[in-house]
Amino acid sequence: MTDKCKMLRMIHALDFSIKEMELYLDVHPTNRKALNLINDLRRKREMAVMTYEKMYGKYIVTTHDSVGTDNWEWINSPWPWETKECEM
Amino acid sequence: MWQYEKKLQYPVNIKNPNPKYAQIIISQYGGPDGELGASMRYLTQRYSMPYNEVKGILTDIGTEELAHLEMVCAMVYQLTKNLTEKQIIESGFDKYFVDHTTGVYPIAASALPWRAEYIQAKGDILADLHEDLAAEQKARVTYDNLLRLIDDPDVRDPLKFLRQREIVHYQRFGEALRLTADKLDSKNFYACNPSFDKNCGK
Repeated sequence: MTDKCKMLRMIHALDFSIKEMELYLDVHPTNRKALNLINDLRRKREMAVMTYEKMYGKYIVTTHDSVGTDNWEWINSPWPWETKECEM
Repeated sequence: MWQYEKKLQYPVNIKNPNPKYAQIIISQYGGPDGELGASMRYLTQRYSMPYNEVKGILTDIGTEELAHLEMVCAMVYQLTKNLTEKQIIESGFDKYFVDHTTGVYPIAASALPWRAEYIQAKGDILADLHEDLAAEQKARVTYDNLLRLIDDPDVRDPLKFLRQREIVHYQRFGEALRLTADKLDSKNFYACNPSFDKNCGK
């Protein structure tokens, strides 16, 4: 597995963990431990995307990520059902 | 509104096309306990929910189910890539192919097209949450059955992920049901319908 692939997996794993905590918090909205954990995960995710972008360029997941690029990269970045993992 | 993220929730990388597998996996897109019905069920039920926790969990699980139907469709797409006419006939995929080519159309494994009856919205929080708990278990059983029939690890891996999500969603809906019961009259949960009757449980 390439370093780029490992880094993408890390971002996706953090996204998954954040999603999991969101579901938990919906039905345990005052759980302090869960709130601390989701904040920590969000910080880690932000750092992971920054590190990725320093090494490999734009991480394009939403249309907002295409802003500031000199063409509309949103349509040309790989589509998830066609992509081998880590080609994105 | 919704915003699209250009990635799968969990990777689908299938090396060997297999139209037989595609024909049974497609049930988790357009079948009675599939991801399309699940997503529409939860997103539809939100409007009559009296409690914010339950509006939240239905919104977020309903949204996650959209990501799951995208994974199921990606599996069907990859399993039906580059087929020869001989493979199409020999696998029994010909009956699907004649109507839809290799487009991904929401049907059950039995070929019954997706139906709105799969959604269910009763307008009563207890009835709807019990529906949702049953739905998660039925989807889990469908994944169990697929895993009994499929031995390709590339196909099993995302199916196992999706199976696990049904169990987590069941857990969260169970917690939503418990917090709902806590807000009602413990001697008679059914004395009124908090989704409809004003001041019910207050």
